[in-house]
Amino acid sequence: MSLHRRPLLALPALLGAAALRPARAADPFRVGFVYVSPIGDAGWTFQHELGRRAVEAALGPAVKTAYVENVPEGADAERVIRRLAQDGNQMVFATSFGYMNPVEKVARAFPKAKFEHATGYKRAANLATYSGRYYEPRYLTGIIAGRLSKSGTIGYVAAFPIPEVIQGINAMLLGARSVNPKAVIKVVFTSSWFDPGKERAAADTLVAQGADYLTQHTDSTAVVQAAEEKGVWCSGYDSDMLKYAPKTHTTAVEMHWDDYYIDRVRKAIDGGWTSGDVWGGLASGMVKLSRFNPALPAPLLAEVAAQTEAIKSGRLVVFSGPLRDQSGAVKLPEGKALTDPEILSMNWFLEGVQGKL
Amino acid sequence: MPLRLEARPEPSRAMLWLSPVLAAVLAAAGGGLVFAALGYDPLLALRTLFIDPLATLDGLTELGLKATPLLLCAIGIAIAVQAGLWNIGAEGQLTMGAIAGGGIALAFGGGGHWWILPATLLAGAAGGAAWAAIPALLKTRFHAHEILTTLMLSYVAVQILGWLVHGPWIDPEGFNFPQSRMFEPDALLPVLVEGSRLHAGALLALLAVPLAWLLLARTAAGFRLRTIGLAPRAARYAGFPERGSVWFALCLSGALAGLAGVGEAAGPVGQLQPVMSPGYGFAGIIVAFLGRLQPFGILAAALLMALIYLGGEQLQVSMQLPLAATGTIQGMLLFFLLASDVFIDHRLVWMARRHA
Repeated sequence: MSLHRRPLLALPALLGAAALRPARAADPFRVGFVYVSPIGDAGWTFQHELGRRAVEAALGPAVKTAYVENVPEGADAERVIRRLAQDGNQMVFATSFGYMNPVEKVARAFPKAKFEHATGYKRAANLATYSGRYYEPRYLTGIIAGRLSKSGTIGYVAAFPIPEVIQGINAMLLGARSVNPKAVIKVVFTSSWFDPGKERAAADTLVAQGADYLTQHTDSTAVVQAAEEKGVWCSGYDSDMLKYAPKTHTTAVEMHWDDYYIDRVRKAIDGGWTSGDVWGGLASGMVKLSRFNPALPAPLLAEVAAQTEAIKSGRLVVFSGPLRDQSGAVKLPEGKALTDPEILSMNWFLEGVQGKL
Repeated sequence: MPLRLEARPEPSRAMLWLSPVLAAVLAAAGGGLVFAALGYDPLLALRTLFIDPLATLDGLTELGLKATPLLLCAIGIAIAVQAGLWNIGAEGQLTMGAIAGGGIALAFGGGGHWWILPATLLAGAAGGAAWAAIPALLKTRFHAHEILTTLMLSYVAVQILGWLVHGPWIDPEGFNFPQSRMFEPDALLPVLVEGSRLHAGALLALLAVPLAWLLLARTAAGFRLRTIGLAPRAARYAGFPERGSVWFALCLSGALAGLAGVGEAAGPVGQLQPVMSPGYGFAGIIVAFLGRLQPFGILAAALLMALIYLGGEQLQVSMQLPLAATGTIQGMLLFFLLASDVFIDHRLVWMARRHA
């Protein structure tokens, strides 16, 4: 715990300075972050890193943060989270679903520390969960795709058929069908969160099958780069990817953890932190659309802006009936909306999604 | 050039043991330079990398935990290499071991029977062995090279695991996330040190070291295996059963990797996930050769490798070194270790400067 301070203490001048100021008040609140991949310059982990930097910028000397990147989901995660807690971090953000059981175990062993787990569902007195309603901005990209696609076929490169991914695909179809009732989505799963080669191959296949709008639920920029080369529209995920496809990138479903992280760390310092679950949508600012491509027509931008407000205000509910699944069976009758637990465990595709779970 | 590399008439026994020491010194020096260039205190960084993970009981148990799957995979790989077989698919055999053992744990766990854990472990070893038996069959029947078949089957195994945890074995209460139920306590490996994660699988891995040594160095079967590996023609002339040794070496190799897999599933992870190993089967190849294919050398190599992983994490946690910097140090250490081996068969000689 005092390890990293040792070289400082070796300097007598600093030692004197440390003795002069009130020691306790000057001790920064320490926060650790665990990342599932290298930080890079776009993607899921990069957005969390932006959040960490925002915490440092907002709270200044009151906090000291640490992070460990590329921590595999599995046996290693528990050790890394425990190390961060042992090292004196009073709060740890574990930013991937696969850290759920490890973070739960460590939270039990460190009852005084506070833990926050992204996208999980296990909670405790000192373990909160948080996630974004990525499907809300996905719906908006569906509107854009529905308007821009001439063939009405949207190509979707997805990692794994987990609820979070399925929500995005279904929401995009609903958005697209709100403006083009004949729109369909073709899905290719890559079985990997990060595999630029496979993502690229999947994107090429989808274009060959008639898709003229591409998007992805994976962590690389391969799909938008493929779209740029093929000259078809696309939207990115996690981060703004405009620079990778300046001509064809319409916008991206972007995650912003900044405000949430600053708020939670501030509460932890003030003593007002409590456990719980936050699932923030467009209204919370946790998810939003990134800057739009300058080439997008003004009426479309106005339409997207109007629907954004409609979702924020609750007038537009993305998963509202009638909804039919791929077999044509009614999953949700008219006038009803899916509940949060139903959305969180979504394991079926809407009619109009072409792909197998 | 005043310096020249000259072949030694025979390998130097002293350098055999000095080369790892030389490598460690060079890596420490090289690493220190990198740390200093990045603006970190080099001595503190080296201490954090090599000493801090060993300074506490907790650190030692984590070291043992991390070394366990590496050790099991590497011993299996070494046995195969000694028999002239390149089993580079330990990752797949590990995964199959986790699947087979996990299947037993999920089916019978919670029943409270004494045999659940032994059956889980046996199934794990059998699963790994069965997965390695396919390359053995392909090799003995169709002369398919095991480098290809073992590697390809690794990818197949990971896909099968993915299918199981997305489909039939998915946790019904897990919001459709790809993972199995948590194993019941009676299917979990007991913990050796209270409050740690070091489990009984580590003892099995430790036990494998002298057993593998006995097998290779002290039994007729081991002698036949090594002869087939070193001098296949002589072995054929002596009438040693070549096919039998392919089967034996690959299956044993696979069984050890399978044990590593079930040890992870029924140990620190406690369930099946889409990925059970961050590449232990592949890292095991490095460990096997670092340990000079000898069981006791492999034990040391596995501990070193585990220490490098742990130290790398520690550098990130307490000194905020970037991942790439710790990776550089890890790579440097392995590079110097292999490079120092040159001096086992060669020596440096000063050339007298010739005057024209």
